[in-house]
Amino acid sequence: MTRRIDHELIEGLVPEGATVLDLACGEGDLLDKLITRKHVHGSGVEIDQSAVEKCVARGLSVFHGDLDAGLADFSDQSHDIVILSLSLQQLRRPRMIVREMVRVGRLAIVSFPNFAHWIPRAYLALRGRMPMSRDLPYQWWDTPNIHLCTITDFRSLCRAEGLCIEHTFYLASLDKDPPARLAVPNLTARIAVFAVSRC
Amino acid sequence: MSGKRPTTRKEIGDVAMGFDDDAGSAGIVRTRHVTFDRPGQELPLEGGGVLAPFTLAYETYGSLNERRDNAILVTHALSGNAHVAGRHDVADKRPGWWDMLIGPGKGLDTDRYFVICANVIGGCGGSTGPSSVDPATGRPFGTDFPMITIKDMVNAQVRLLDHLGVDKLLAAVGGSMGGMQVLELAVSHPDRTHLCVPMATAARQPTMAIAFNEVGRQAIMADPDWQGGHYYGGRSPAKGLSVARMVGHITYLSDEAMEEKFGRRLQDIHDYTFTFSADFEVESYLRYQGLSFTNRFDANTYLYITRALDYFDLTRRHGTLVKAFEAVKARFLVMGFSSDWLHPPYQLKEIVSALRATQRHVSYYEVESHFGHDAFLLEREKMEGIIAAFLSSGSKSYHR
Repeated sequence: MTRRIDHELIEGLVPEGATVLDLACGEGDLLDKLITRKHVHGSGVEIDQSAVEKCVARGLSVFHGDLDAGLADFSDQSHDIVILSLSLQQLRRPRMIVREMVRVGRLAIVSFPNFAHWIPRAYLALRGRMPMSRDLPYQWWDTPNIHLCTITDFRSLCRAEGLCIEHTFYLASLDKDPPARLAVPNLTARIAVFAVSRC
Repeated sequence: MSGKRPTTRKEIGDVAMGFDDDAGSAGIVRTRHVTFDRPGQELPLEGGGVLAPFTLAYETYGSLNERRDNAILVTHALSGNAHVAGRHDVADKRPGWWDMLIGPGKGLDTDRYFVICANVIGGCGGSTGPSSVDPATGRPFGTDFPMITIKDMVNAQVRLLDHLGVDKLLAAVGGSMGGMQVLELAVSHPDRTHLCVPMATAARQPTMAIAFNEVGRQAIMADPDWQGGHYYGGRSPAKGLSVARMVGHITYLSDEAMEEKFGRRLQDIHDYTFTFSADFEVESYLRYQGLSFTNRFDANTYLYITRALDYFDLTRRHGTLVKAFEAVKARFLVMGFSSDWLHPPYQLKEIVSALRATQRHVSYYEVESHFGHDAFLLEREKMEGIIAAFLSSGSKSYHR
């Protein structure tokens, strides 16, 4: 299996035995790792029915639901950690979901592709077309990524929502160790991981 | 389907298998009966009094393994019975009511699991109910039959599990009233099942369902043939029961399903008759459903079972649903159906939220369907995979 540096970094933020909710958990890869390695009490939310079935097949607890409808079925501060891994950009109401994450959990971990990375910037500047890349492999007309943002954009959302940024990680790659420090992350990071909480 | 092909029968316990043209069928099955009449086997009832002796009609499919850890109890809905899968004889046109899910290689795979289904007490499918003979009088109980509840139904089935040598089920699976029994089993007998799959149900009977049930009961009791419930031996209140079933049937469908299935189409005529005969297909359908129901169902059972449904409320006994679930040990897969307006998905999500609040292992799955409440009896392809996955992964964590 290919390494997932983003998963490893998220794992590092999760305390042993924590209560974890993984939004848009897909087939439950991250949840499975957290349960095996961090012995978390974990569950997921997923909209795709075959992905839900895969989660159930591997013994995970999963809620078949639509994040665009919010997290009404989850009570305030019921989880230590709520994760949204690489899916923020696919939601209709990203601000609402971030707000919901810090309502339901004490710490919200959000990762997303950085649209200000130099490749999409150059793509748009030089070709004059909506950028396509490994992280964004879709044509503009059929992309599920309807709310792409940049690292600077996400910071401004945190400010607007009154959220404290507890940790940030900037990745130049998903499967190779990140360099100790990326200079000018908003230009050089492909993926950003933010851990935020209500101040 | 080729009817000409020779049918080979191979008896495996209760079950005969090997229909060439009926792959996946549980085969030929028969209903068995067990009577609990020994001292200590009386059934104390939630509403007071005891039921003794009492009989349960049940069917089983597949076989109980040596470790006795592969038993699944299927609980039936209002109009169901013990005949959940397979056929009673080769000429049997209608298989059991959940045949789509139960059989070799199906969601409830009878090659792997030992599936049990019993007619509830109060029923009219062979278990003790209002049409049974009251040993005290030698005549049918009628409305002298004691009021029974979902809890009583479950307690009776636990006796059957004892009888079959099943200490702890792998799973309890049921829809609608069957789902209520699954919830009740998990709450009242937490050590008797490892997994629970309640679907198209609620932790307390919703107001609208009580309202519809009351209309049904009034229809039966308004039928002069009802005779205060003591009609056995004479004419049965078929008209009343038929109206009750018609009302019930509407609640099992949906606006979309009715539009699609019937629309405003006329039944065998080209224009309105300008009379009160069944001009519309939907009328004709409901009349047929009502009438055919009276051939297989007892009106008093309809009264008793709808009452049991209406009394069902897990929050009443425990204060809150979260408190009710504190004793629960089972792992849950809760299933809702998008167009079910008798038990809309929010009622299933309430169960999920309360289980989650008690830190129980719970998954929720919503089947997209336009079939309304009946979807749980129809949407095989959308249900089978998730149920099979849950049973299979759950059997790995089974422990006594």
